[in-house]
Amino acid sequence: MLFEYIAIATLIVLAVIVALIAIGLGELFGPKKKMEEKSMPYESGMTPYGPGTRRMPVRFYLIAVLFILFDIEVVFFLPWAIVFRQLGLFGLIEMAVFIAILLVGYIYAWKKGALEWE
Amino acid sequence: MTLSDFNTLLPLIVLTVWACALLIVDLFIPKGRKGWTALLAVFGLALTLDLTLAQLGDSGAGFSGMITLDGFSTFVNALLLVSAMLAIGLAYGYVKRMGLERGEFYSLILFSVTGMMLMAQAADLVIVFLALELLSIPLYVLAAFARPKVDSEEAGLKYFLLGAFAAGFVVYGIALVYGATGATALSAIVSAVAARTANLTLLIVGAALILVGFGFKVAAVPFHMWTPDVYQGAPTAVTAFMAAGAKIAGFAALLRVFSLAFPSLAADLTPILWALSALTMVVGNLLAISQTNIKRLLAYSSIAHAGYILMAFVPFGSQEVQSVSVAAGLFYLVAYALTNFGSWGVVIALEQKEGRGLEISDYAGLGRKYPALAAAMTIFMLSLTGIPPTLGLVGKFYLFRAVMAGGFTGLAIIGVLTSLVSAYYYLRVVVTMYMREGEPEALREPWLNFTWGLTAIATVVFSFVPSGLFDWASQAVLKLF
Repeated sequence: MLFEYIAIATLIVLAVIVALIAIGLGELFGPKKKMEEKSMPYESGMTPYGPGTRRMPVRFYLIAVLFILFDIEVVFFLPWAIVFRQLGLFGLIEMAVFIAILLVGYIYAWKKGALEWE
Repeated sequence: MTLSDFNTLLPLIVLTVWACALLIVDLFIPKGRKGWTALLAVFGLALTLDLTLAQLGDSGAGFSGMITLDGFSTFVNALLLVSAMLAIGLAYGYVKRMGLERGEFYSLILFSVTGMMLMAQAADLVIVFLALELLSIPLYVLAAFARPKVDSEEAGLKYFLLGAFAAGFVVYGIALVYGATGATALSAIVSAVAARTANLTLLIVGAALILVGFGFKVAAVPFHMWTPDVYQGAPTAVTAFMAAGAKIAGFAALLRVFSLAFPSLAADLTPILWALSALTMVVGNLLAISQTNIKRLLAYSSIAHAGYILMAFVPFGSQEVQSVSVAAGLFYLVAYALTNFGSWGVVIALEQKEGRGLEISDYAGLGRKYPALAAAMTIFMLSLTGIPPTLGLVGKFYLFRAVMAGGFTGLAIIGVLTSLVSAYYYLRVVVTMYMREGEPEALREPWLNFTWGLTAIATVVFSFVPSGLFDWASQAVLKLF
């Protein structure tokens, strides 16, 4: 039974060896010029400023929660759209129920003023 | 998927739609008039109860065997709906008085009840987990409902963290059961075991992990650590609902899963359940003795009662005793739920702002100043101990009888002895009420009075005619098998 896994074991060993070779060659032959830019955490990104423990408005938290809620909605839409024809009318009703439930949450968030930025 | 599928879930669907609609309707009810929300919530529960009772005697399966409808689920659903109504009866005046009057309270209770009802109808481990989350998440929010009170926030966070931890155990157990049998449907698990295709070691570990997860939910020792803190910190009306509802649903799921899917594991699991039950009774009752706060006292008492109900599981392996013991478990849940709501109702009547009026010494002189309230509290304390003429005694009688019929006399003796121990702290409350002098302040609030009065009367009256209720419970169970 364990023989079935030999292919995977070989793959893992080979992957490690190849990775070590690639890093090792770069270390051996690559030029090494130390600059301030090069040692920054995000070399090609924004320049980080200030400490990481700054206070953030708690409103971001609310926005993040709402984002997740409606983001997941879209995640469900995609597979549904792909098999839409096979599902037929049933799939359409099912999705309508799903959206209706989310809509309840949306109306609630709206009326409670969660979408306003004061 | 046909119409009959939806028929099996009709009460649940109606309640879900009602809860969603209530959330929206409540937005248009001005602050200070949230009584309308409470009324609408109770109306929705009553409608659902009506639909549930119309299903009495029906049985069937739906949604490819994921949902089941039988006497057991109808019985548990009816009990849950009545519990939710009692909880709202207790809560209405309380949330107003404590300045927590927000309409979401009632929607959250309704959402939680839908999860509990789904739990009672689940015939697939995946649905069990779904129901567990659905019932727990509103309870986490409700526990922290008295925000920004630190106690309540702490209770909510503690309950959330330990609940999530427990849910992890359940999921891991379900995964192992799936790994062992290749199925999550309860019936398929049984047939996999019967066909000897299942990996038994893995199955036992999986079943044990599920037991651990639900042990957290129903507050069995050694998974009880969160209970006193959460019960004390949460708003008292929420505690009452949590103590009854979550326990009923947790035990309903355990009863169904263990007696339906895992009877073949009885030889291995019975000793574990025996120890769990005995430990819960002993530890719960002994720790309750030293409590001076009534909320903590009742929390430890609810742990102890989880131990008594766990007794109903111990004989789950033998076919003949199983139906009697499950019926006894269901009956005890009814007795516990009624007494629980009543005693928490009295606690709510005496609770003042800022958490005053919650010490047992605050009950001194209650017998003289508020005789009816003191009489009701006496009934509940007697019922929790198991002294006649109360439902608690009848429940314990059926339980001990079932356990002894299963051949576990030792466990029954532990049950009787721990009941004797519990008499000490329950009767201390009664003694304080009648024999100490004091000036207690109790609240007169019509719905609250109605709720504790009704449960007190029910606790006494049903104890004289328990056979009807027990027959119903037995029939519920007969259809389960």
